[in-house]
Amino acid sequence: MAATNRIRLIVNNRTYELYRGTGPGQVSPSDTLAFTLRETLGLTGTKISCAQGACGACTVIIDRKAVLSCGILTVECDGKEITTIEGLRDPKTGGLDPLQQAFIDHNAFQCGYCTPGMIMTSRALLDENPHPSEEEIKEALSGNFCRCVSHYHVLKAVKSVAEERG
Amino acid sequence: MKRRDGEEIVTGSAQFLDDLKFRNLLSGKVLRSPHAHARIKSIDKSKAEALPGVKAVVTWQDIPDWRGGTPRNVRVLDKKVRYVGDAVALVAAESDRIAEEAMRMIEVEYEVLPAVFDMDAALKSDAPLLYENLTSNILPGGTPIYGPKCLKGIVHGDIEKAFDEADVVCEGTAGFENIPNALPPEPPGAIAIWEPPDKATLYGTSQAPYMDKVSLYHVFNRELDIRCIGHHVGGSFGTKIMCWQVQAYAIILARATGCPVKVMFSKEEHMTSFTLRVGSRIQAKIGLKKDGTITGIQGTWFVDSGYYSFTTQCQVAVGLAEFMLFAQCPHWDLKTNVVATNRNASGATRGFGGQELNSSFMPILSLGMEKAGLDPLEVIKKNFVKPGGGYFWRNGEWYDYRGIDFSKTMDRGAERFGWKNKWKGWLQPASVNGRLRRGVGVGIHGNADIGEDTAEAYVQLGFQGRATIFLCAVEHGTGQKTNYTRLAAEVLGIPPERVTMTPADTLVTPFEFGPVGSRGTYAIGSAVIRAAEDARRQLLEMAATRLGVPPEDLDTENGVVFVRNHPEKKVRWSAMGIDRTILGYGRFEEDFTMCNCFMSFVEIEADTETGKTRLVRVVNATDIGQIIDPPGLENQMNACWGSAGIDGALMEETILDRTTGNILNANLVDYCWRPFSEIPEVENVVLETPFPSTRFHAVGIAEITNAPGPAAVLMAASNAIGRWLFQYPVTPDRLLKALENKGKRE
Ligand code: FES
Ligand code: FES
Repeated sequence: MAATNRIRLIVNNRTYELYRGTGPGQVSPSDTLAFTLRETLGLTGTKISCAQGACGACTVIIDRKAVLSCGILTVECDGKEITTIEGLRDPKTGGLDPLQQAFIDHNAFQCGYCTPGMIMTSRALLDENPHPSEEEIKEALSGNFCRCVSHYHVLKAVKSVAEERG
Repeated sequence: MKRRDGEEIVTGSAQFLDDLKFRNLLSGKVLRSPHAHARIKSIDKSKAEALPGVKAVVTWQDIPDWRGGTPRNVRVLDKKVRYVGDAVALVAAESDRIAEEAMRMIEVEYEVLPAVFDMDAALKSDAPLLYENLTSNILPGGTPIYGPKCLKGIVHGDIEKAFDEADVVCEGTAGFENIPNALPPEPPGAIAIWEPPDKATLYGTSQAPYMDKVSLYHVFNRELDIRCIGHHVGGSFGTKIMCWQVQAYAIILARATGCPVKVMFSKEEHMTSFTLRVGSRIQAKIGLKKDGTITGIQGTWFVDSGYYSFTTQCQVAVGLAEFMLFAQCPHWDLKTNVVATNRNASGATRGFGGQELNSSFMPILSLGMEKAGLDPLEVIKKNFVKPGGGYFWRNGEWYDYRGIDFSKTMDRGAERFGWKNKWKGWLQPASVNGRLRRGVGVGIHGNADIGEDTAEAYVQLGFQGRATIFLCAVEHGTGQKTNYTRLAAEVLGIPPERVTMTPADTLVTPFEFGPVGSRGTYAIGSAVIRAAEDARRQLLEMAATRLGVPPEDLDTENGVVFVRNHPEKKVRWSAMGIDRTILGYGRFEEDFTMCNCFMSFVEIEADTETGKTRLVRVVNATDIGQIIDPPGLENQMNACWGSAGIDGALMEETILDRTTGNILNANLVDYCWRPFSEIPEVENVVLETPFPSTRFHAVGIAEITNAPGPAAVLMAASNAIGRWLFQYPVTPDRLLKALENKGKRE
């Protein structure tokens, strides 16, 4: 595909046209999606911890799949639909996503730094497999580093949403 | 019980340091040394300074002699580097990219010096010295923070008598030197704004903004006035109580540029250049009676502090004191040495000396218990502090214990775990299934730091029947900010939703030391409760004059003050008028007369063919007086294996190349951590025997839920394979090697 001088990202149902370049507000070829989301678009809900694809903190959803935004270049996302933690609320009612509510109800976080990543990974899992087993949930979240050990409560929260929908 | 910041957290709107926005914010970066020990012969920064977008390059030559450390001999930037990663120059630029490019353009000429990478090398008589103003690599003991009698060792009773009275004497050396990293997900960082001539505002990742103000005041020669502002902290586990270096870098760069500057460590810097856990090794001789009584402990505790110490002497003092809770024995002769080596510095981490000492000591005690044919649970029960007991605490003062008896906790934990059935004797597996052998172990930890240090709070009452807590507290994961609003609400008789809290801002709030040592519930909680009580007292006095009755006859509920026996006689809080606020003040003075207690029973499965171990099940037991926050407590107890707790004995370690001083696994790929798919079964037993603490009779526990696990793991793994294991962590290599040594001790 011929490179244009612009990149189009559809983030949380909003379209952003960004220029390629190294100036402020532009997308340089080495910018990761995590960087663009946080620094260029100001969507700081996506967290960066390892910046190396190893911890899951930066997880977003692209084309219904959980993707590590620190491990993908923004230029590779041209034309893609991206959902971040800021985009999970119901667009009509503004209400929380059931997973977000379940994380609150089950105290499924402590410091909360891993939480956006945990929720996005879980969201992608449930979108693909609405009734996962406990093992499937654990497997899906295997790459999400939670140092506070909120795992047990995360498991309860995700299960509760999976079951509710059954 | 839901967290008040829940919605912010789950929607991503909770603000952590790196999420804050400032106009003209510059990126600050640190050029670091490739050598473990070297003198800087020259630095040429002219090319870097000439790069467009670079705003400042600062080296040791550009700043006054600002220092931190205990003793205060660590310059913020020095002409000597003492570990691989030591700061050589600071750069501020318009973007990360420019700052990084500028760093590559700085030319540094080093004179490489011989280095010491472990305590043995550092303690040799001809060892190269890290600090020329000291005569050896042993750092001076004690810290002025804990006063002139700061605990540096334990000498008590008559140690020779201890061995005469003992039925069994055992001796050995063991350590906990693998430096598992507590590793919060958010790396340390700071943003500073400079205000000439001598003021700075600091936003940090620290969990203790008021103490930052105090430590930095001393670092900057008591010349700067620094306002510290806290916000959400992405985990700390005790490590971020002290972030003085990164904070100093940000302040220095802000001062040099006149712009706000952010210095945010990368994960690699976090793991190579932010403070690590201390290394611990003990040489001990222990007397033990047939009934399980420890008669005496003699020996030396060596503590590897890396290239400097700020809090290590504190950790030595607290570690020793906690050791006395564990072993209430009559005779002691225990010395300590804090040793400097050419690796990154050690600093505060949960467990704070006690976990490291406990983990080092237990394997030696195990030899004695085996000799005497004793069940470790019985020995723990016999020796842990009880009413009637006493101990030296960190300040060297003796305290008579006025806490509760934890024997019931120990029994209940053992019952839930099934200890009686699973314990088959030393080096005996609990069960064998072909090549898979299971073993059990137990550990205990207690800490009287639940009442450490002072805390202050204000509670302000408003005419609308609302209250505001002025407290320098940040949320770093324990949920305590939510809990404080509930404590104040309960005292004031209003719903918790009517209580708000100021941000942690040293310009606004009174002194608060920071959430460490599980002091959040008793120490900080007391300050909040007392401030609320003081405000309530003033409110009732005001209402008393209106209602014409003595204040003792009054009560308040839901923003209304009423006469207890005539509830129809009442006034609303609004009667104070819109032009008045009531301000209550609460202060907590340190109190070391009580401790908490946490026990972990673990079951480990060892594969004798592959050497792999699996953490099968953990049962934790504690008594915390009253449960204030049930899910928060459960989260904290489940965390027994995280942030380098139990997993610090199974897989976690910082791998230091002891020939070059490089850390070989400073990233989350190579540093081993437990994935979600491998979480063990954890059960928690919690008792509620009222403590003589606050009006809610509760104490905190979070800090020590990591502490007893590692020793229990080593015990369990040894029992599983029928061979002694003395080294952390129990890697497949070590396990297989121990199995090869049939008949021999490791
Ligand atoms: S920050 Fe992207 S995986 Fe860790
Ligand atoms: S909640 Fe702190 S890292 Fe997961």
